[in-house]
Amino acid sequence: MSPTADTAAAEGDRQRWMGLLARAEPARLAALMPTDLPAHDWLRPPETGAVMVRGRAGGTGAPFNLGEMTLTRCALRTAEGTVGMAHVQGRDRAHATRAALIDALMQGPRAAEVRRAVLEPLAEAEAAADRARAGAAAATRVEFFTLMRGED
Amino acid sequence: MYVAVKGGERAIEAAHDWLGRARRGAPDVPELGVAQIREQLALAVNRVMGEGSLYDPDLAALAIKQARGDLIEAVFLIRAYRTTLPRFGASRPVDTGAMACVRRISATFKDAPGGQVLGPTFDYTHRLIDFALAAEGAAPAPAPAPAEAPAAPMPHITGFLNRDGLIEAETPTDAIPPDLTREPVEFPAPRALRLQALARADEGFTLGMAYSTQRGYGRTHAFVGELRIGLVEVELDIPELGFAVVVGRIELTECETVNQFKGSRTELPQFTRGYGLVFGQAERKAISMSLVDRAMRWRELGEEDTGAPAQDQEFVVMHGDNIQATGFLEHIKLPHYVDFQAELELIRRLRAEAEANAAAMASEAAE
Repeated sequence: MSPTADTAAAEGDRQRWMGLLARAEPARLAALMPTDLPAHDWLRPPETGAVMVRGRAGGTGAPFNLGEMTLTRCALRTAEGTVGMAHVQGRDRAHATRAALIDALMQGPRAAEVRRAVLEPLAEAEAAADRARAGAAAATRVEFFTLMRGED
Repeated sequence: MYVAVKGGERAIEAAHDWLGRARRGAPDVPELGVAQIREQLALAVNRVMGEGSLYDPDLAALAIKQARGDLIEAVFLIRAYRTTLPRFGASRPVDTGAMACVRRISATFKDAPGGQVLGPTFDYTHRLIDFALAAEGAAPAPAPAPAEAPAAPMPHITGFLNRDGLIEAETPTDAIPPDLTREPVEFPAPRALRLQALARADEGFTLGMAYSTQRGYGRTHAFVGELRIGLVEVELDIPELGFAVVVGRIELTECETVNQFKGSRTELPQFTRGYGLVFGQAERKAISMSLVDRAMRWRELGEEDTGAPAQDQEFVVMHGDNIQATGFLEHIKLPHYVDFQAELELIRRLRAEAEANAAAMASEAAE
């Protein structure tokens, strides 16, 4: 693999776990956190703000501002010098801190262990919730049948 | 004479204390938790998020508790809180075509690919009070088995009409939309700004405006081409990272109407579109929004201005916000002693003048 493709793949991977951590239920992430967390300094302590969510006219046309959502972000540097960042939905500073710590750990030698202990269970929980919702929706899909057709 | 008055602190404090007790209600009834409001009054929470223009279910539930269930008061609390938040940026436009739908219906195509999915709807219920709900502890029907895989994205129904050129195209652009929370609104306002105003407008106002178009005040012959409710991902570009990340998932209701259009000198007859997009499950609001959006598009489509209120974008945009409206409406109940004193003096002077004139006329007639 060329160095650029390598970087792109690593970026894609990081993009995916950052999204997973942002969408995770705060309590579930808290329960999955490793106990031996690295010491860290704040580059940007957790801060809650808003992001303007945009939609498109007609679903596909010109963008418009739909309304805002709350978001908490932070950035930290571990004792080993790795930078972890998080942008998570809501106002939970502890959630943002945990997400940034996992982001940092995922870039270091403990990545495989953290992926197994934290990311995979989070992804499974999300997929299970999605399948449950999809199953409930599928049960309400309308099956039409013809009662009578005229002019036969 | 101007008289400065001061006072009422003790009365105000006692009134607010009473408000606290009234909010709690009878102490022998268990207190309502914020999580209970979020989970069990979810449609009220959705309305407060939509009109408060801030997606945060826990915060909206808390606002409803604080406001004793007065949803406009709760929206007010959310709007006030929002002004304390720094803005971290704007998301990429959400992809509603990739929505994980829990509800998706079309009034125009029975056999839409992906099917008609009813979701948790009030439609087809009998609207009879269910006294069984008054008995606590009755479990709802068990959930169906989970699906084998997460739901596949459902294509937008207007996309099928679009392929044949039967409906106007909505061409994507990267234009930065105007933001009415940042810049003063000027008229005529672009559609993007009108959509923002409608998305946060009062549901009752929007519904009334939409209904007026159905009754003939700016008629647009709307069909619900598609109504969908579900989760979409919100993506934010993070400059420090150099790429976009998903920062959360939000529930949205989207409505696309299909409307008649006779064609013009440059356009063949084709269907046109109205659009509604609202936070949470809020389909009455989303349908209303798309009807009013379509009615306000008369100018760009070369239609006649019939003078209907729903066609008048200044009327709609300037009067649909329930917080602006409440602020101006309710301020008239606050002390206006000085203004009223002036009015009182004016009325007394006019009456005295009228009486003097009448007396003068009477004495002239007598002479």
